Amino acid sequence: MTWLPLLGILIVVAGFALRLNPMPVVVAAGLATGLLAGMGPVEVVAAFGKAFNDNRIIAIVWIVLPVIGLLERYGLQQRAAAVIRGFKGATTGKLLLLYLAYRQLTAAVGLHSTAGHPQTVRPLVAPMALAAAGDPSPEEAEKIKAMTAATDNVGLFFGEDIFFAIGSIVLIQQVLAADGYVLAPLELALWAIPSAVAAFLIHGARLWWWDRRRAAR
Amino acid sequence: MITLAWLYVPAGLFFAAVALRSALDAANPKRLGTAAFWGLMALSLLAGDAIGDFGNGLIVLGLAALAGFGLIGRGSPATTSEPEREAFAARLGNRVFLPALVIPAVALIGTLAWSYTPLGATGWIEPKRETYVFLVLGVLLALAVIFAWLRPPALAPVEEGRRLLDAIGWAAVLPQLLAALGAVFAAAGVGEIVGAGVRGVIPEGSVFLTVLVFALGMAAFTMVMGNAFAAFPVMAAAIGVPLLIEGYGGDPAVIGAVGMLAGFCGTLMTPMAANFNLVPAALLELKDQYGVIRAQIPTALPLLAANMAILYLFAGLA
Repeated sequence: MTWLPLLGILIVVAGFALRLNPMPVVVAAGLATGLLAGMGPVEVVAAFGKAFNDNRIIAIVWIVLPVIGLLERYGLQQRAAAVIRGFKGATTGKLLLLYLAYRQLTAAVGLHSTAGHPQTVRPLVAPMALAAAGDPSPEEAEKIKAMTAATDNVGLFFGEDIFFAIGSIVLIQQVLAADGYVLAPLELALWAIPSAVAAFLIHGARLWWWDRRRAAR
Repeated sequence: MITLAWLYVPAGLFFAAVALRSALDAANPKRLGTAAFWGLMALSLLAGDAIGDFGNGLIVLGLAALAGFGLIGRGSPATTSEPEREAFAARLGNRVFLPALVIPAVALIGTLAWSYTPLGATGWIEPKRETYVFLVLGVLLALAVIFAWLRPPALAPVEEGRRLLDAIGWAAVLPQLLAALGAVFAAAGVGEIVGAGVRGVIPEGSVFLTVLVFALGMAAFTMVMGNAFAAFPVMAAAIGVPLLIEGYGGDPAVIGAVGMLAGFCGTLMTPMAANFNLVPAALLELKDQYGVIRAQIPTALPLLAANMAILYLFAGLA
């Protein structure tokens, strides 16, 4: 066995570290890896093309953009902010804590694709989180927006595996079954719960702390 | 039966319309490159199955070249101004949320109906793809509601969609490209090489250190591949099954489930997971493209430690 195909990984890591445009970096890494593993140039390009074509489902989410854009045209973000300003006790931390719980619970019952960055974070949650902070400075607004996206990711990742009919659970089951350990999907889903609780406590504590620090200032 | 192939059509038409409008947008100094980029995406979605693997490979090369040479720019589609939006928000009130909620509501109700009622047995929709089908249906329904209620100009959906797509730029295509890279890595045997290397660093007889290397290996290899799915089979074959389950008698359900979640901690810390970490930074127009990752690291590291503890304590290894 040769270590040469790992050069592709090195290209990717270096590309991200140097902040080069990731698109050509990724393609270069793929081509280099394939060539070093002994594929011909045409074969590598075709393999990349086939895999790209097989993953077109990823591009489907962008179909929500016309709806979100149209609603922004009619003041969706402004309205979302106004709603939050209407609640006297609303804070960024409390709002995101609520969204974290919502995202974990809906993902846990299989509704992971119903929320997300284009569908809910940009049009609704981010403007709400900004409004809850009152009048944040540009630096603070940047941090709030980043934390909103982070909260969506944490909620999704540590909720979805509690739902037994999801890709990652199926994958775990298949990998272990190949070695003779046949598990029910529900068994695996059950063992996603302790980590989900830990995720809520750790990320939730950061959100609670966020409010405390802001109140102290 | 409605299959995924059907859904590529409306998505492809959207990209095609954006490409056309980009080509005509004189305010975009890079209008031809922008049009070519979204045009290639439209071609992939509409004709990907007809142009062969090598043809798709050429699309990939074209997309990467356009992005790499900086030939993609932002157009200036017609939209409303900030004061106009404030006025709309005041006039329309909370009703403006309703069309936005149509999409998740249709996706939710449709998925539930297909999973828990006899509708699922009709065979009208490709199995396991229901949520995507209802997502697209929800989008069409929401557009119908908006047109019936607010009567925007006919081109407004394309122009407003283009405004957001231009803000995201090439990051909209990167996740798909990274998924393809994962497949190329797998075909080249990168997984086996990494697995063999990781096994070499574990000291014999230490259960705790084995758990540590397993969880760290999941997180680190996930960071490289951008996806825990690619890391799991490698780490399970290298450490999970031979050492933790067979060597130390650990519970396979805990090792499988929590091992995967240790990988998810890695997903929170890598730009390779572009659709979770880089796309939202573009979508929220953050100045720092790694801003979301920075916000996630303080959660991901303690959570990785928590997953190690759960593995050690609950898998019957302690």
